[in-house]
Amino acid sequence: MSGLQPARLLAVDIVRLAAYGLTARPLRVVLSALGIAIGIAAMLAVVGISTSSRAQLNQLLTELGTNLLSASPGTSLFGDAATMPPESVAMLGRIPEVETVSAIGVLADTRIYRSSRIPASQSGGLAVYAARLDLMETLSASVAAGSWLNAATSTYPAVVLGARAAARLGIGRGLIGQQVWLGGRWFTVVGILAPVSLVPMLDLSALIGWPAGERYLDFEGDITTLYVRTDSDAVETVRTLLAATANPEAPNEVDVSSPSDALAAEAAADIAFTGLLLGLGAVALLVGGIGVANTMVISVLERRADIGLRRSQGATRGHIRLQFFGEALLLALLGGGSGVLIGALVTIGYARLQGWPVDIPAWVPIGGMAATLLIGGVAGLYPAIRAARLAPTEALSVG
Amino acid sequence: MSPSIVSLKRVSRRFVGDIFALREVSLEIARGELVAIVGPSGSGKSTMLNIIGTLDRASSGTVEIDGLKLAELNDDDLSALRAHRIGFVFQHFHLSPGVSALDNVADGLLYTGTGLRQRRERAEAALRDVGLGHRLDHRPHQLSGGEKQRTAIARALARRPLLLLADEPTGALDSSSGEGVVQLLLGLHRQGTAVVVITHDRDLAARFDRQATMRDGQLVADTRREAA
Repeated sequence: MSGLQPARLLAVDIVRLAAYGLTARPLRVVLSALGIAIGIAAMLAVVGISTSSRAQLNQLLTELGTNLLSASPGTSLFGDAATMPPESVAMLGRIPEVETVSAIGVLADTRIYRSSRIPASQSGGLAVYAARLDLMETLSASVAAGSWLNAATSTYPAVVLGARAAARLGIGRGLIGQQVWLGGRWFTVVGILAPVSLVPMLDLSALIGWPAGERYLDFEGDITTLYVRTDSDAVETVRTLLAATANPEAPNEVDVSSPSDALAAEAAADIAFTGLLLGLGAVALLVGGIGVANTMVISVLERRADIGLRRSQGATRGHIRLQFFGEALLLALLGGGSGVLIGALVTIGYARLQGWPVDIPAWVPIGGMAATLLIGGVAGLYPAIRAARLAPTEALSVG
Repeated sequence: MSPSIVSLKRVSRRFVGDIFALREVSLEIARGELVAIVGPSGSGKSTMLNIIGTLDRASSGTVEIDGLKLAELNDDDLSALRAHRIGFVFQHFHLSPGVSALDNVADGLLYTGTGLRQRRERAEAALRDVGLGHRLDHRPHQLSGGEKQRTAIARALARRPLLLLADEPTGALDSSSGEGVVQLLLGLHRQGTAVVVITHDRDLAARFDRQATMRDGQLVADTRREAA
């Protein structure tokens, strides 16, 4: 039948129709798009912040290296704290794959105070260790102020404080050279460490030289923890050798671990937490979708006369369906687009604040927009079908 | 080609509960004819206009528009028929608020498969034809009642319909605005469009070539004035 082919709407016209429907009620559009925007922004920020934090940890791991092993004497079969002989450092140094070895030894009964007038019970939970001079290099640690112990200061009453230990003692960067009361005599603070990411325990410690410990504080020279930096490809080989070499008499007593595992575990723990927050974001998104459906249903009711007019001008049911479906999609896209923008800004702002690298995987905004389209489509389907089913005469009778 | 643009044969429209809005009405309208449909409220005028305009379907009887049997056409075919051959003018104009007169008229061509630029051109021409060349960018709330109805007529005639259906086109207008609208409808008729107008106004109906009078869903009189 010639001339009776319903016209196909151009894509441009569908977008124009959808946009026109939205511009008629700007406030309502903003409010109902907001629901989706919040959902998408929340999900994107949650994922973005956690990937950025993981990127930061990974960067840290690369910087610090995963080739550090630590060995502690652990406990003996009888439950006593075991010790490792002082010679183990030299023994480990002879393993070809070992790059550097260092060690610390705890001065178990020694406490550190800001001054001699502090009551003995207020030790602040700070530990005192004797440290070998190559500790800094082995741990990739650095001093924030002052300097690390050297051959000279390690034989004198000089101390280097961990970052948090310095804060607890109330010693700022400008106070290098102050005296602190350590093990019943005055020690001079020569340096303050930057936080040691691989061995956070040291942040709450005071480190003195090995000879100084022996000379002033009755330190017997037993090793508490050995730190071994190995060839990156030989970490596992060294790990198996470590216990036997560190304490040949009782290798079963030696605990060997790799400090970078703790950082990696932190990154993994983050993922579990992210899953929970992501679920919350999904709920917000769902509520946003219901908001869009609600807006569209009302919109159909209000625009019955407009629907009737369009039908009288030759719009098919399909045209009407397309118009309202397009409007719902556009509404959802508006929300999704601003949600992606807000989420990205939040992630960038938060990462900047924390000094992290910004890392938003491409699948997050893409997935967010896809979810938005899906929700908009589902939300728009029913109102669009309702609008299309409206009989033209009924629609026009509204007046 | 059938000589009639509209052909109703024993057409009834029954609503739920066996209420007849239209009862066995037969009516032939020739191409280019000018017809007034008169009658009291509830006499079935609007129902008949909706059926002629293919917005509603008859419960029984046959309806042919431009030689096409509507019973054989599906909803999409009817939509296409409206898009290309039928124009509507309503008592309450049905203009989109916040949209310029030009775009209101141009949007009336949306479902004819015309591109935007051409829609605008034809809309502008149609608005000039109804004497609103100076109101193209005005929004409906900036137009007087008569201007609104002339915009609505421009919207209908931009599609160059064979058949123009008007339901109380002057019902919401004062007499001088109404007169402008009537002149436009008469002018359309002179250019060859069949014009069917529902009106309460006896004086208006008297100026039409043909008057069909309805009562209780039936056509009770169909008088033709001698051709002037």
